[in-house]
Amino acid sequence: MTTRTIKVDILARVEGEGALTLVLDGERVIDARLELFEPPRLFEAMMRGRACTEAPDITARICGICPVAYEMSACHAVEDALGVQVGGELRELRRLLYCGEWIESHVLHMVMLHAPDFLGFPDAMTLAKHQPERVRGSLRIKKAGNALVATLGGREIHPVNVKVGGFYRVPRRAELAALLPDLRAALAEAEETLGWLATFEFPAFERDYELVSLRHPTEYPMNEGRLVSTKGLDIDIHEFGAHLQEHQVPHSTALQARIVGRGSYQSGPLARFVQNADRLSPRASAAAVRVGLEPTCRNPYRMLLARGVETIYALDEAIRIIEAYAPPAEPAVPLVMRAGTGQAVTEAPRGILYHRYVLDDAGIVQDAQIAPPTSQNQRGIEEDLLAMGPMLASMSLEQATRRAEHAVRNYDPCISCSTHFLTLRFEQQGSP
Amino acid sequence: MARPKLAVWKFASCDGCQLSLLDCEDELLAVAEAIDIAYFPEATSHVDPGPYQLSLVEGSITTPHDATRIRDIRERSAALVTIGACATAGGIQALRNFRDHAAMMAVVYARPDYIATLATSTAIAQHVKVDFELRGCPIDKRQLLEVVSAYLHGRRPNVQSHSTCVECKMRGTVCVMVAKGQPCLGPVTHAGCGALCPSYARGCYGCFGPSDAPRTEPLADRLIALGSTRGEVERLFSTFNVAAPAFREGAARAGGGGHDD
Repeated sequence: MTTRTIKVDILARVEGEGALTLVLDGERVIDARLELFEPPRLFEAMMRGRACTEAPDITARICGICPVAYEMSACHAVEDALGVQVGGELRELRRLLYCGEWIESHVLHMVMLHAPDFLGFPDAMTLAKHQPERVRGSLRIKKAGNALVATLGGREIHPVNVKVGGFYRVPRRAELAALLPDLRAALAEAEETLGWLATFEFPAFERDYELVSLRHPTEYPMNEGRLVSTKGLDIDIHEFGAHLQEHQVPHSTALQARIVGRGSYQSGPLARFVQNADRLSPRASAAAVRVGLEPTCRNPYRMLLARGVETIYALDEAIRIIEAYAPPAEPAVPLVMRAGTGQAVTEAPRGILYHRYVLDDAGIVQDAQIAPPTSQNQRGIEEDLLAMGPMLASMSLEQATRRAEHAVRNYDPCISCSTHFLTLRFEQQGSP
Repeated sequence: MARPKLAVWKFASCDGCQLSLLDCEDELLAVAEAIDIAYFPEATSHVDPGPYQLSLVEGSITTPHDATRIRDIRERSAALVTIGACATAGGIQALRNFRDHAAMMAVVYARPDYIATLATSTAIAQHVKVDFELRGCPIDKRQLLEVVSAYLHGRRPNVQSHSTCVECKMRGTVCVMVAKGQPCLGPVTHAGCGALCPSYARGCYGCFGPSDAPRTEPLADRLIALGSTRGEVERLFSTFNVAAPAFREGAARAGGGGHDD
């Protein structure tokens, strides 16, 4: 028997460090491993003994690309424990901040990390030599997203203005209104960019995924909603642990998430779009129609287009929020410490991010649990690779390697986030 | 003339400091013209084995393998600059240095013996010679551009080491500690962020680490006098630069009798 091994020692153009190994026997993939080998930083242990009000600042440091997602899930989970409701304009401002992160993270991935795969370039800088206006245009969209995060949060990476209960200082109308011209220009540019992305060649590949996302009664989901799937899951997020669990697999150092009684699942832009296309703004809906992206889509390569549609949505939504904005009287809801357990799921750019905290009566964290999107998506990524045998068999080793790497990047994996938790679940399986 | 080669390396970190380079939306393409981005896996599949004129190093040393890897990188780099609090002070993950590491591992791992990590998270300068340390959690991207530009032109970076307090005064922000009694590490924290937190009505939380000649112990006393608990002050000094000696002293002064609230 002749086998071929595809091995990528350091996956490029992903956030954090991982490796990929694939063993092919003819058309059959007999082993697929996405190894995430960043050293553990022990965040869940570090959170013990910290004040619950420190959770947003500390957990933001898990990820430099999606710190807002960590701040949001941390705030909502702690507020759940303290019995605090954050509504009105403060809730809108949180949504606005999340829009900024979706925009900058999505554009970073689409144009700088993923488009080079479709076009056969090593990076966006080389792409820029061939299509300078495309790259410059997308950098302008990214900048508009980052400007939103920086204005509202203080800076692009690890924003300082988020606190449990709301914000330290809410922006004046004029501060946000000043962002509108660039956001409007970025919206038009994002529509053009999506049109360009849609001209790429998408490999013919589909799988029968269980797609999981939040679902809100009226909004495209970001901070709140029930957790639903394409195979009938429909739960309150407080039931997360009873339905979404992690299991050890022999070939991996990482435990992988499964839905109890079924199997792997995927979250992220495609899952959100498929289950919430009816909640998009008219302009984002129209963009999806123009590029032929439909809720029946199960091709992971076309997740790129879902990201593009969500970028348009996030720009549209940011403009709506700013136009309607009136500063609230108080920047935050007051907090009263009490013992309890709180949980939350929010939609990070890459998928669902779960936080759970147990607090004592002074609000000191006794126990913390965090499930980042990439650890939840990892098993499904490997299953994609396992199912790609027929497509890879006819390719040269070099082509097959590039195609496999490309498949991993479909999910915009965030390895700095996931590793610290992945290894930990694996080890827990071995507990006596 | 060949363009100078730049490499970007990652150790235990969140990726945010190297992301700062990709967040230079207005300058990125010009930077890529002027220098050869020879190794930067987050941004490119292209790999050049070096040697490199400038290596930017993000993250702290937390594994035996990384302790070896940094020495190899040093040998291949004419200049080595650390970027951010992890590389410069050990980062938030250096909390393990002052707690029972085995107990922390037991919180996370059922079989800690499977995991090859060190009991400490240490700064790059504790392992190899570092030519310049850029502060911040995360770093400021304007300072990053200044440092890259300085090293590629063979001059010292123009980066001030006075306190955040000075930046705050220059900016004209009302002092949050004097006016509102809020705990603030501005008097002992290294400049570079532009005194961001006070401009958002919160006290500085020290993410740039200690400034030149920081007097953390008197500040700890003052914060307690203003009404913070000992535990609050100890935690305030024990975040992203917890292993920086001056911040350790501030934390120890507040923590005093081993009190833990």
